[in-house]
Amino acid sequence: MTDSKKDYQKILGSVQKPVIGEAGKTGTWSSKKPFIDLSKCIPVKSGKPSCYNCWLYCPEAVITRTIPPEIDLIYCKGCGICMEECPVNAITMEEVKSE
Amino acid sequence: MIVIEKQKENSDENIMILTGNHAAAHAFRQAKVGVISAYPITPQSPVVEKIAEFIAEGKLKARFVKVESEHSALAVCCAASATGSRVGTATSAHGLELMYEMLPWAAGNRLPIIINLATRSLGAPWSVWTDHSDFITIRDVGWIQFMCENNQEIYDTNLQAFKIAEDPRVFLPSIVAYDGYILSHTMMPVKLENQEKIDEFLPPLNHHINLSDISTVKGIDPVTTPHIVKRPEGTAPGYYEYRYALQRSLESSISIIKEVHDEFARKFGRSYGNGIYKTVQTEDADTIIFAMGSVASQARVAIKQLREEDLKIGIVSLKLFRPYPYSDLREFFKDKENIIVFDRDIGYGYEGVLSYELKAALYSLQKRPNIKGFIVGLGGRDVKTEHIINGVHKALDEFKQGIFTNKTDFLGLELDELSDYDESTYFGG
Amino acid sequence: MVKVMDLPEEEFIYPGTRACAGCGMALIYRIALKALGAKTLITVPASCLTVLHGMQGFCSTKISVYHTPFATTGASASGILASLEDKGLADEITVLAFAGDGGTTDIGVQALSGAVERGTNFIYACYDNEAYMNTGVQRSGSTPLGVKTTTTPEGKLGHKKNMPKILEAHGIPYVATGIASYPLDLYEKFKKARNIHGSKYFHILSPCPPGWGYDPKDTILIGRLAIQTGFWILYEVENGVFKLSKPSARYLDPSKRKPIEEYLKTQKRFSTLTQQEIDVYKTYINNIWAEIKSRIENQDRI
Repeated sequence: MTDSKKDYQKILGSVQKPVIGEAGKTGTWSSKKPFIDLSKCIPVKSGKPSCYNCWLYCPEAVITRTIPPEIDLIYCKGCGICMEECPVNAITMEEVKSE
Repeated sequence: MIVIEKQKENSDENIMILTGNHAAAHAFRQAKVGVISAYPITPQSPVVEKIAEFIAEGKLKARFVKVESEHSALAVCCAASATGSRVGTATSAHGLELMYEMLPWAAGNRLPIIINLATRSLGAPWSVWTDHSDFITIRDVGWIQFMCENNQEIYDTNLQAFKIAEDPRVFLPSIVAYDGYILSHTMMPVKLENQEKIDEFLPPLNHHINLSDISTVKGIDPVTTPHIVKRPEGTAPGYYEYRYALQRSLESSISIIKEVHDEFARKFGRSYGNGIYKTVQTEDADTIIFAMGSVASQARVAIKQLREEDLKIGIVSLKLFRPYPYSDLREFFKDKENIIVFDRDIGYGYEGVLSYELKAALYSLQKRPNIKGFIVGLGGRDVKTEHIINGVHKALDEFKQGIFTNKTDFLGLELDELSDYDESTYFGG
Repeated sequence: MVKVMDLPEEEFIYPGTRACAGCGMALIYRIALKALGAKTLITVPASCLTVLHGMQGFCSTKISVYHTPFATTGASASGILASLEDKGLADEITVLAFAGDGGTTDIGVQALSGAVERGTNFIYACYDNEAYMNTGVQRSGSTPLGVKTTTTPEGKLGHKKNMPKILEAHGIPYVATGIASYPLDLYEKFKKARNIHGSKYFHILSPCPPGWGYDPKDTILIGRLAIQTGFWILYEVENGVFKLSKPSARYLDPSKRKPIEEYLKTQKRFSTLTQQEIDVYKTYINNIWAEIKSRIENQDRI
């Protein structure tokens, strides 16, 4: 049936399937990127799952809830919320030169 | 004898005297529609009242959503169809116009929704009586459109419409229309068929979308761009390709409409011309009356008198209005002399829709028939036999004199009785 | 009270969406989906969320979404639910309608009102960025007094339409307010709503960096100020019983509330506010809290 389908019979309603990075590599939206000072980071210091404000407040879900938390810079838009919400100021936004 | 009685006991097969509205409701019941949304409007309300009754009596297992407007009625149908259910609704006139935003949405989404339309005039001013203006206003959005002449046809067309709409080669929404009051409220014998036979004819819906299957993630109806999309994960059509597919599917659905009509005729023993149009005494005719619905019905009476005048005259009653069957009509009319079109509608600013669409379809014929259009019966004004006869005479006269015009010619106006009417006298000064 | 480790780690939105950097709505949506889980069907009208979901052919979520025209969200959710009920799947799958303030307080009001009046078993969440942001910051019925938008360059006349109160008047089992800045509170409420049968309504304030005029890093901070000044109040009404949520409870005491100017000065959209309008805000906030206080007291008496 697939072979005998005319071209318009393969197109019906407008449908989507999921992909990562639908808008492309959104990390390119900002040259400022967040960096975590692991010496200050609470879950790193205690060795226990704790705090995770950065994971909680990230609108893009590019931070993992691990020890240490890891930030996916390919998709991070550099909004700076994680920096603002870190209770111990462990995160700084730094200028990153693009390749 | 015993065998026949048992059959009657176990089957739904039955001849009932039903109004057009109730014939439609029975068709919905026997088609096992899963979700019905409804909003009252004259003259369609008895359709949904009857459906509510069926559900309350346990004769129809369906979800009946009593929405707060027609716009929501069609929105509910679209969402429920996309989730994978067989759906339908009914409306008239302004209800259909309120649904207008959702009509291209349903067509573009390729959802097999069935709407029953009890035709009614569009205001202003208010009129609850029939004409075909609501039916023709939606002709460009991509729906299949049928017009019926009697209540049996309403029941039969509904059953066929579901099957056509849900065919994997089609997947298009469809309107089944019938004249308000003339059919919607008039009782006629309707043979209801055996449920098992209907189940054989109309299997369960196998939807191409089916959101209820959450094992695969689907996004439906996103924003599109003018361009196609190409990325590592694959390609996706642009708006233009989706709409191309809609148009081609509409065009090719004509053959499937005929197929389903013929299958229905073989199974249940009733046919309506070739499923596209019905003919009356056209075999030897050189002059044809072209009309649909109640106008065609009235022409069937007029033709008896016209034949007595030695006119070789016949009728083509159009059943399939969209997709427009230009090939079939061109083939039929290629050797005819005269066509007189009676429109119970106006494409305002131009002329009767049946008239100008037929002229366009026949334009490319080597030998073009004479065509004249008349407007009849707006706002429920009776379409009388004498109007049709007068129209035919006038048209044939004009053809003889070589007069051809697009100007609308109205039959049945009573302007002479209104010589003393003047709006400016109404409000003083 | 929910803690951060109570939230599931699984994300239902893939990274790299078209949402603005620092978008309040993106965070709200992320938290709501964590609470509701994979067995959800979502309907979304024309809104910023339509764009977050991705453009033709490819989407950014792990949950199926049915996009629907602007005015139809309530009806669309009713339709999805009706089909699920017809198929016997309504107990397994949650129906979520997620709309903006324009699509809820203005054009979507009729369908929403009809859907909840019918007792439709679904969750309707309005993310409120207080204007038609997707089309370029035009005023909506949910825009607060005096706000500068493209269609109200001198400031909006008239207060914000009180949608939670309107939905309460429909007598539905659950109405709640929320805000992007308190995700744990939001998560708890969505989890609770999931287990209630009937219509559930959420009105969630969603700070918007381009529309409100502030640096994206301040999204959470500004939302917090909205709560701390008493401008936005977190509460639930469950079967008619009013309950202040923990983040807002302390602001019942007017002395604890920060002055409204602290909230207003953070956003460029308030730059045309006159002193008279600021005073109106002060009275407005005092009145709302007085009403809440009286409501709680009367409730306790009963």
